[in-house]
Order: sequence, then C-alpha cells, then structure tokens
Amino acid sequence: MSENPWYNKGLFSSLNLREKTLLTIALTGLVLVVIFICGTMINNIPTNFDTKMQAPSFVHIFGTDWMGRDMFFRTIKGLSLSIIIGLGASIISSIIATILAFLASSNKYLDSFVSWLIDLFASIPHILLIMMISIALGKGAFGVIMAVAFSHWVNLTRVLRAEVLQINTSEYVALSNKFGKSKFWIAKEHILPLILSQIFVGTLLVFPHAIMHESSVTFLGFGLSPHEPAIGIILSESMSYLAMGAWWLAFFPGLALLIVVLLFDIIGDNLKRLLDPREANN
Amino acid sequence: MEKLLEVNNLSISFTQYVQGLNRNESKVISDLTIDVNENEIVAILGSSGSGKSLLAHSILGILPYNSHVTGTLKFKGKTLNQEIKEELRGHEICLIPQSVNFLDPLMKVSDQAIGECENEEEYNRKKIKQREVFSKYGLNESVDDLYPFELSGGMARKVLLSTALLNDPDLLIADEPTPGLDSKSVEETIEDIKNLKEKGKGVLLITHEIDVALKTADRIAIFYSGYVIEINKAENFKNKENILHPYTNALINALPENGFKLTEGVQPLDIVEGCPYYENCPIRLEKCENTKPELIDHNGIMIRCFNFKEANDGT
Amino acid sequence: MIKINNKKLAKFIGFKAIRLLILLIVIATISFIMIQLSPIDPVRAYLGQRIVSEEQLAIIGHYWGTELSLGERVLGWLQTLATGSMGFSLIYRVPVTEVIISKFTSSLILMLSSWVISGFVGFGLGVLAGAKEGTWIDKVIKTYCYILQSSPTFWIGLVLLMFFSVYLGWFPIGLSVPIGQLSDTVTIWEWLDRLILPAITLSIVGIASITMYTRDKLINVKKSDYFLFAQARGESFWGIIKNHGIRNILLPAISIQFLSFNELFGGTILVEQVFAYPGIGQATVAAGLRSDVPLLLGIVIVSTIFVFVGNMLADIIYKYVDPRLRSVDDE
Ligand SMILES: Nc1ncnc2c1ncn2[C@@H]1O[C@H](COP(=O)(O)OP(=O)(O)OP(=O)(O)O)[C@@H](O)[C@H]1O
Ligand code: SF4
Ligand SMILES: [Mg+2]
Repeated sequence: MSENPWYNKGLFSSLNLREKTLLTIALTGLVLVVIFICGTMINNIPTNFDTKMQAPSFVHIFGTDWMGRDMFFRTIKGLSLSIIIGLGASIISSIIATILAFLASSNKYLDSFVSWLIDLFASIPHILLIMMISIALGKGAFGVIMAVAFSHWVNLTRVLRAEVLQINTSEYVALSNKFGKSKFWIAKEHILPLILSQIFVGTLLVFPHAIMHESSVTFLGFGLSPHEPAIGIILSESMSYLAMGAWWLAFFPGLALLIVVLLFDIIGDNLKRLLDPREANN
Repeated sequence: MEKLLEVNNLSISFTQYVQGLNRNESKVISDLTIDVNENEIVAILGSSGSGKSLLAHSILGILPYNSHVTGTLKFKGKTLNQEIKEELRGHEICLIPQSVNFLDPLMKVSDQAIGECENEEEYNRKKIKQREVFSKYGLNESVDDLYPFELSGGMARKVLLSTALLNDPDLLIADEPTPGLDSKSVEETIEDIKNLKEKGKGVLLITHEIDVALKTADRIAIFYSGYVIEINKAENFKNKENILHPYTNALINALPENGFKLTEGVQPLDIVEGCPYYENCPIRLEKCENTKPELIDHNGIMIRCFNFKEANDGT
Repeated sequence: MIKINNKKLAKFIGFKAIRLLILLIVIATISFIMIQLSPIDPVRAYLGQRIVSEEQLAIIGHYWGTELSLGERVLGWLQTLATGSMGFSLIYRVPVTEVIISKFTSSLILMLSSWVISGFVGFGLGVLAGAKEGTWIDKVIKTYCYILQSSPTFWIGLVLLMFFSVYLGWFPIGLSVPIGQLSDTVTIWEWLDRLILPAITLSIVGIASITMYTRDKLINVKKSDYFLFAQARGESFWGIIKNHGIRNILLPAISIQFLSFNELFGGTILVEQVFAYPGIGQATVAAGLRSDVPLLLGIVIVSTIFVFVGNMLADIIYKYVDPRLRSVDDE
C-alpha cells in the first residue's frame, strides 16, 4: 500500500523480479563455473621452501603453507575438487530419491517400506552415517561420494513421493491406466517430465549439504586422502599450524568454501522461487 | 442523520507472482462507492469471492501486504488513513469476522473477547463486562474457558458478535454473520443487529443471503464482479417496478428457487473494458461493450447502467 | 494449566519404546554388517603394531569369530547386546559401556548448554525478524542465518579458536588431554574453560535453523485470520505478537528444537575435534580412525537412542500440550 511498491526499490529498480532472479542465477552460476574451470586447470602447485609459511601479501594473497605452496591456488584447486564430489554425490542422491519415490508410488507395501527407510535413515546422525558408509566402502573419493549420496536422499524423496502421489491421482493418469498403458510407460511418459524440474532443483538444494558434509568428514579424516587435497583436507592440515598463528591456512580456504556453498544456495533458492512463486508473493 | 461511513471510488487490486515469476495484477474491487448513516443498516449483497470481506478489511486497515488501494474512506466526516484506522478499530469501528478461524486457536475465547489489558485492574473490569455480554447472548460461564475449536457453529457466531459488542462501537461491520446457523439463530442474529440500529449505531452487513439482507437492511448494495451496480432501499425490493438494474432483476426473479443465495461465482478475473454485466445482460446497448457506466443517482437510487444514464441525460 | 492425560501418555511411551527396540535391532544389525563387509580386519585392529605367532593369531581370530558365517556373527553380536554389554573397547581397553557413559556425559553438558542457548537466542531473533519483516533488522538477521547455514561447523570452530585462543589467548588451545585417556583428572575450572568455546560454536551454528523457522512461522501467523482480527480489535502490534504470535509458534519451535538432536550430535563430533574436547565426538572419531569396531557400534546405538528421544519429546509436545490435539483420543 506504500506509494512506491516494494518491488520497485533498490539497485536493480529497472528490472522486474523475474529478470532479477534470472540475472542472479546467471551471475552466481558463472562465478561457480569459473572457479571450477580454474581449479581443474591448476595441476601442480610449486613448492618453494624459501617462501614457506608466509602471511597473506600481494604476491600470495591467501599466504603460503609449510611447503611454500600458494594457498590461493590450493584453495581454488580444493574447491573444484569439492565441487566435483558434491555434484557427484547430489546427482546420485537425486537418482536414489527418484527411484525410491517411484517405488513408493507403485504399491502400498513398497510405499510403507520407503517410509520406513526414510525413518531409518533419519534416525542416525548424518555425520555418523557418512563415517560408517565411508569406512564400509573404504576411504577415498568413491567412499565419500557414496556416503554423502546415501545420507542425503531423504528430503528429496519425501517431496517427490508426495508429488508423484498427487500426479498419480490426476485424471490423465487414470485415463492412461484405462487405455491399458503399463505403469512403467506412465511413469516415463507422464510423471517423470512433470517432476523433472523438481528433481533438478532438489539436486541443487542437496549440493550445499553434500559439499559441507564432504568437507566435514574429510576434515575428521574419513574422507579423502591427502593426495586429494579438497578443502576438508587443507583445513585439517591447517590444524597443526594454528597454534603457531598461521591463521590464513584455515581462514581463507574455509571462507572460500562458505562462499561456494552460499552461491549454490542462492541458485537453488532462486530457481525454486521461479518454479514455485508462493514464496515470492510474501 | 449524520453520515457515519463514506466510501468513495474504492478500488483494491493485488499484485501476484505466477510461475516463472511473471507479475500479475488482479483487480478485485473497482470504483466502489457506498455510505452508512447512523441508525441505519446497509447490506452489501454479493456472491462468494466478490471481494466483500476485502471491503470490510480495508475499512479496518487489515488488508494484505500485496494489495493496492485507491479511493477515499471517511468516518464521521474525517478522512481515514492507516494511522486513524488503527486508532478507531476496536473502539469506534468493530468487526464481526466471517468465521471462527478469526479467533486464535490457542486462546480461551473469553480472553480473546476481553483483549489486551494494561493491568490486572483493567482485566477484571473487562472480565465483568465480558461475562455480562456473553450471558446476554446465552453463553454461560462454561463457554468462557473453551478454545475456539470446541465451539459449535452457533456459539462461535455469538462469541464473535459479543466480542465486537463488548467495545460498544458506533459502526459495526458484520461479515456474513449468518451462514451455518439454524433458522432460529439466524432470526436471533438479525434481531441483535436490528437492536443495535435502534441504539443509533450504523451497521454494514455483508452477506450473500438475499433474505437476510431483505429482512435486516434499510438499504442494499448489489455487488457484481467487483462493482457496485445498484444501491436501493430494501422496501423497493418488494416491488419489481422499483428495481432498476437488469442483474438485480434477474436475481429477484429467480427467487425463491435459488434458495435466496448468491452462489454462482462472478469473479472479476479479466479486467473488462465495458459494463461488467455485458455478457449476460438482456437489454444491453451497443456502447455497453466498450464503455463503462458510472454509478449515478437516479431518483435516490444509485445505479450503474447506461439505460438510466440515457434517461438522465434526456431530462 | 497444562493437563496431560497420563494414561494416554503412558500408552504412547510404551508404543514408542517398542518402536525404539525394533529400530535399534535393525540399526545394530545393519551397521554391524556394514563394518563386517568393510576392509577393516578386526584381528589387525585388535593387535595394532604387535607381532604375534600364527597360533596366537588363530586364537584371536577365533575370539573375533573370523571363521563364522556373517549370519552367525550378527546373531552373536545381537546376543551380546541383549546381555547389556557392548563388548570391549580396543583403544581405551575398558568395556564400551564405560567409555560411552563417561564420554557421553561430558558431551551431554556441551550439547545441552548450547542447545538451550541456541534455543533461546534463536527463538528471540526469529520473533524479532518475523515481527519486523522487511526492515533492516530482519535483513541483518536473515543474512546472518544464511551465512551460518552455509558455513561448515568446524570452520566456525576454527575461526573462534584462532581468534579467542590463539590471538587473544583467553582459552586453552586444547590437545592437552590425549586421545585414549579418560579425562577424570581434569579440574572443574579447566574443564569449564574448555567448555565455553565449543559451546558457543555449537550455539552459533544451532541458532540459524531455529531462527529461520521461528521467523517463517511468525510471518505466517501475521497473515493468519486471527492475527488480522486481533488487529481489528484494536490490540497493539507488540501485544499481538506476544499474545497471539508467540503463543502459536512456541510449541512448534520447541518441537523443532527437539528434532535438531540429529544435527546437534553431528555438530558435537566436529566441534570436539576442533577444540579437543574430551567427549563422545572425539571418541567417535578415534574409534572410526583406529578401527575400534565395538566402540563405534556402541556409539551408533547410543546416538540413535539420543536422536530417537529427541524426536519422541517433539512428538509429545505436539500431541499433549496443544489443546486441539490434547483432547483427541487415540482410536
Ligand atoms: N492476498 C491476496 N492476493 C490475491 N488475491 C486475493 C488476496 N486476498 C483475496 N484475494 C482475492 O480477492 C477475492 C475476494 O475475496 P473476499 O474474501 O473479499 O471475497 P468475499 O466476497 O468475502 O467472498 P466470501 O463470500 O467467500 O467470503 C478472492 O477471489 C480472492 O481471490
Ligand atoms: S450498462 Fe448496458 S450491459 Fe450494463 S447493465 Fe446496463 S444495459 Fe446492461
Ligand atoms: Mg468473505
């Protein structure tokens, strides 16, 4: 009821909400892609013991570590590793969620089985579960990806299950049933396309959790080996040098991780709003 | 007779975002003009979803955030803004809300009727008054400690009515006070509202039940697709000669088969250029399609129809 | 004021107890199988660096049941559990139950203190942000929550450690109680000194979710019909927030806080690692890294009970305190 409606204030006042949302998604996406590509192009970071343990300066903006390696490059490299693992884990967990949601929709027993599975997985602390799975599968990237994937499908499964259930009761599905189409055909032709966007957004929303849990278990020593220097490794290595005051070893890599997670969060939230405008109306 | 409430050219529209975040404007009330005098009951008769509750809410200043309002509201000659509305509401203007959902589900009903108190002493004073009013409407002491979900439909109406009357307002806005009541309770509610009028108060009665409007009101405003299309004296409805608008005529002709209810939904979905009733009008003129008739005074009857504008223009 | 139907509650708790039992059996079985299938060799883990003869190896192997089938081993493990024992910890060389009791108590203090702090602060911030939705206060609180939700718990711990312990020197840097030593030799002050920073870290992390939840709930309440009607009755804004807003969001918020036991436990593991706080988290990490299978399985079981109890309390609050559900009888 104000004179100048709220959506017309601020920096991008000439854009409407839709354009603003799309712009945000594009910009954050671009930043992530750039980080990722730069990370994969950094292959070996030279060690130089003359310049070891240097505080941040113009030459080494994130400082250097105990082998004189530049922390900025290590951070970018670590981020791109974390992004790959996070992406792998979120994609696998979305696949699990989709399969389980369809299973749940196919009959009553499977439905209660899936609900039971959801309860089961929600009843153990996440990190403990990830630790257990990564121990069982042997440590290393594969173990971590699977561990994170197997502990993050719960929420998306809940959402998809409800969605599939709703579509299943709709008229055209009933019609297809009448025409004698198989359940698999209906799932593939009618239901999957409708929930595809949700799966996509779900994957993006799982990502921040995945990357954070990955770095957490890695930090604890369960995830990647020191040959795969993701952010968790960098941070756990930094622990030994903290007492000496080498704050930059922990501060910048963690901050960078935070920013990446935040960017993914922003993309996920904005996409969600684009597809489901209920929130935007508030 | 002093004009208690005047609503002039009130329009209410909403901004909403639909999928893909495209903006969507929808106009719910257009160019609404109506007034309520002291010692008078004015009924607003309109179908479900036509924006009647929004009219009530705009008078009390409790519209949602995404609404946009134009036009003026006056109370006792004073133009209302949000600040004045906030001062008046609950004291001089009171609302009987549409349903029991307007009560806090987790608070005992007596405490809600009493409302906010500064101190113990004020609470005790109001508590006595609340008991008085509740008893007057046949709500005994056991009702005081009930939660809203424990009330029957009739009790809930009475609690809502008492809540409004506790504050002894000059203007009462009753938003559909009768649905869901048995016929005896409906009669009682109508009586209660009429009693208020006898005490010199003004009442704006919002309803979609034609018979309730006919039995209670002095004047009736007919609401169609977000527009007020006719404001006429209740007694005129007894004689078809005195009903002017073709929509009102259709309504009255359909009585009593349609159960005295305006149920068919005429929501103002698309913003029309011409007369809102053009599609269904049996006596439409050529210009009705693209030009909008104004609400005009025709021998004391307010009417929005070119047929009467013609007549006016002629004399 | 709150009348709780005792008989119904007893029945409910009984029902939950049975569910917990089933859940524990399933979890115990699955996690046991998972460990059995893992590359961990229990005999090697038991021996550590010691060198033994072939015969001794066979005896130890027999003790760990390496020649039994998987099914038999699972049954054996469940039988051991049924007697109330969880086996013998390899690292600490005492029964697992003993380790867990001592470690869990010290973690419980850490978790509970930060749980209470984050509950109160988070709820308060949430109410403030929700009531002042759209203002700069709301934006500041929201941004704070967003950032916290995106930051790894252990990194916040590291930052606090670097600032308060290393830079300012206010708190110990930790690592003074070596892993593997039960910490009953520590004085209360030393221990409190060591509690403050981890507790603050855990609270800071816990605040975000409860604040966002409270804020969203309050915003919904503000749009509710009863909120509008309270305004229409002329009540003051903060009066309505107090009388109707908080009344309607307090129970769900408390429930949510109980549902957070899962994250709380996870957070503790990380925070204890950063601050070298001698609790269940450190024990978990040690057990995992050094293949102390009995201890690890014991911790899985205890943490499952912990999370379950939290969920059950949330349920009870919902079902037995809300007047709308309180009077509904079980079928
Ligand atoms: N916040 C909002 N945003 C968008 N549209 C709204 C909003 N609130 C109400 N509306 C629209 O306004 C219209 C009128 O609502 P209102 O409740 O005033 O109708 P009513 O005449 O009181 O109907 P009823 O007889 O059912 O009470 C509805 O069709 C609704 O779609
Ligand atoms: S203005 Fe025209 S269309 Fe509208 S009611 Fe009158 S005659 Fe009918
Ligand atoms: Mg209404």
